Amino acid sequence: MKGFSKGGIHAPEYKISSRKAVVSLPLPEIAVVPLSQHIGAPAVPCVSKGDTVRTGQVIATAAGFVSSNIHAPVSGTVIAVDATPDAGGMRKPSVSIRTDGDVWMDGIDRSDTLVEECRLSKQEIVDKIKEAGIVGMGGATFPTHVKLSVPAGKKAECLIINGVECEPFLTADHRIMLEKGEQIVAGIEILIRALEVPRAYIGIENNKPDAIEHMERLCASRPHIEVVPLRVRYPQGGEKQLIEAVTGREVPSGGLPIDTGAVVQNVGTALAVYEAVQKNKPLIERVVTVTGKALAEPANLKVRIGTPIRSLIEFCGGLPQDAGKVINGGPMMGRAVANLDAPVTKGTSGILIIRQKGAVRKPALSCIKCAKCVGVCPMGLEPYLLSKLSQRARYDELEALKITDCIECGSCSYTCPSYLPLLDYIRLGKAETLRRIRSRKNPEK
Amino acid sequence: MEKKPIVSPSPHIHGPQNTARLMRDVLIALAPALVVSTIVYGANALLVTGVSVAACVAFEYLIQRYLLKGESTLGNWSAVVTGVLLGFNLPSTLPVWMIVLGALVAIGVGKMSFGGLGRNPFNPALVGRVFLLISFPVQMTGFATPSNVDSLSGATGADAVSGPTLLGYVKEALATGGTTSEVAGRLTSYSDMLLGFKAGSLGEIAALALLLGFAYMLCRKVITWHIPVAVLGSMAAFGALLWAIDPMHYMNPAFHLLTGGALLGAIFMATDYVTSPMTHKGMLIYGAGIGLITMLIRVWGSYPEGMSFAILIMNAVVPLIDKYVKPERFGRAVKTK
Repeated sequence: MKGFSKGGIHAPEYKISSRKAVVSLPLPEIAVVPLSQHIGAPAVPCVSKGDTVRTGQVIATAAGFVSSNIHAPVSGTVIAVDATPDAGGMRKPSVSIRTDGDVWMDGIDRSDTLVEECRLSKQEIVDKIKEAGIVGMGGATFPTHVKLSVPAGKKAECLIINGVECEPFLTADHRIMLEKGEQIVAGIEILIRALEVPRAYIGIENNKPDAIEHMERLCASRPHIEVVPLRVRYPQGGEKQLIEAVTGREVPSGGLPIDTGAVVQNVGTALAVYEAVQKNKPLIERVVTVTGKALAEPANLKVRIGTPIRSLIEFCGGLPQDAGKVINGGPMMGRAVANLDAPVTKGTSGILIIRQKGAVRKPALSCIKCAKCVGVCPMGLEPYLLSKLSQRARYDELEALKITDCIECGSCSYTCPSYLPLLDYIRLGKAETLRRIRSRKNPEK
Repeated sequence: MEKKPIVSPSPHIHGPQNTARLMRDVLIALAPALVVSTIVYGANALLVTGVSVAACVAFEYLIQRYLLKGESTLGNWSAVVTGVLLGFNLPSTLPVWMIVLGALVAIGVGKMSFGGLGRNPFNPALVGRVFLLISFPVQMTGFATPSNVDSLSGATGADAVSGPTLLGYVKEALATGGTTSEVAGRLTSYSDMLLGFKAGSLGEIAALALLLGFAYMLCRKVITWHIPVAVLGSMAAFGALLWAIDPMHYMNPAFHLLTGGALLGAIFMATDYVTSPMTHKGMLIYGAGIGLITMLIRVWGSYPEGMSFAILIMNAVVPLIDKYVKPERFGRAVKTK
């Protein structure tokens, strides 16, 4: 069984919603659509208060190459173009739409008919993906058209589809592989065409044998697409780890995935690509796992972007009495939600409720130098040392020790028997080290 | 809820291990050896271990509470582990006051003077043991010969007869012109060495029980294999080399591995988290160093056994190892396709 070679952890999986078929959540009364749901510059709004919009209409356009279009997830009236608090409680520019019916833009094919044939050119495909506002659906939200535009001098040799879903609890990718496998495979063929690569791999952890079997069956007649079962180990779904697990090649320190010849796309992204290219459907909804040990009805919900997180929880039986923390994403890398009225965005893969008991960290003790953090670090770093040097603001040493390689997977903090917040300090040290490197390159700034 | 949700950075879950659980796992792993030494040495084994544990716990509490004026650190169970390991490194006949003194040095000097768990450069139990060994060499090297084992000093059947360990006996015999074939006939059989029927410190005698503890710690992911395997591997390699050169004057490697606390040291003392390296490569270097120094002391040094000194010497090298031996980073070598 393939897998990444260095470090990693095996946390309890808790995939309690894995047998729950995807159901659609009713439309929100008011959809709050942030203009920055992707990595890169926030989109520029092109509607104003009082405008009537239809589902799928562009409401904000990409501001530059690394940016993304934003579409109306519902039809209705724009009631505000202002700043609203996001999940972290920070005010961010957004467009609020009061829902009135669900009238879609013309030209969007909402039927279930599978359209496999694609005669578009490479550039036409990339343009359609850009137009549809597709970003990485695994949570990183990097604009997909940028990833598909291979820089001059580099060559894409293979496409890797990320169906790993290594975060505990999350099952959204698992469900779409089971329920939308044909569409995902059609999306993969489109991505292959756009990248002009001869091969694609679908990496799936072997805790999803049904998904592996299903995708293998769908790809049986396509020798250029190979399903790669992977052993269960976090962070297998990390881009660098997945490339290494599948191809054996390591992304060089400071380099890009394309340096290995691999382009990685999430299964959810492949599905969105299919819908954008074959159905003209922009990215206005996604599947979100709503889960947690205390939650009454864990589920996988198809949700329009802009729906308040609170509605998802209400639909699944409401916030449990002993809820302590709500996570946007998985328990290892997700972000704690401070504001339950914040909307679902393109990168929301899951909403996880953690009980009061598990929500509060235990007091940190002193480091006993057990070396477990060094053993689990998938990047081969020394978390105990990076954390200590970050506290002491020794940035030159941190740079030499490659703190910038840290992927913030959290394996070190998870493992530490003394409950040290290793990653908290490493994040601070990494951010400051990156700032120093940037200002050295551009002294004027 | 509908109070404010709790907010903190990721990760939001924590693994099952914590310091107290790891220390308790070490104690469980040590239990079989305690059972064997109780069978061999009777209640004295329990008395020595019990006094050592009680004294270590008491000194840690008193020092933390009244000298360092901090919250009690007994909750991490490390004082209990130090107590058991110190007890396991003592002969069953040691007077109680010496045990208490050893515990004071182990905890007071070896651990708390540096600030407590995690800050001590040397293995506290070994600091206590070596202090006692240097201060009271007679009491520390006279071992009650188990009643069911033929005494090396000639007398048989007497419970409280004081005699040397196997290593001590062999060293003496070889130094005075004996050959290995001459001494071999007088030694405990290898099966008895494995089971624990031999003279020695409490915890060192039962090889099988110690290996059982090793297996348990590996299963519970308390330690990795690197240090014990490196220690024993380098002892075996060095022992085999000498034995191959001159089997008449050097004991065979199996004898070295089964005597003189080699297993206790390799599995339980050298693997002390605080005083061992942070990388797997570093652990191998550290372990190999311990094995080599142990053999140098045993063969050419003035002590018959070298494990304690070897571990303490390599403890001193650990910061250097950690400074220069780094883990292999992901993507370090730029691979060209």
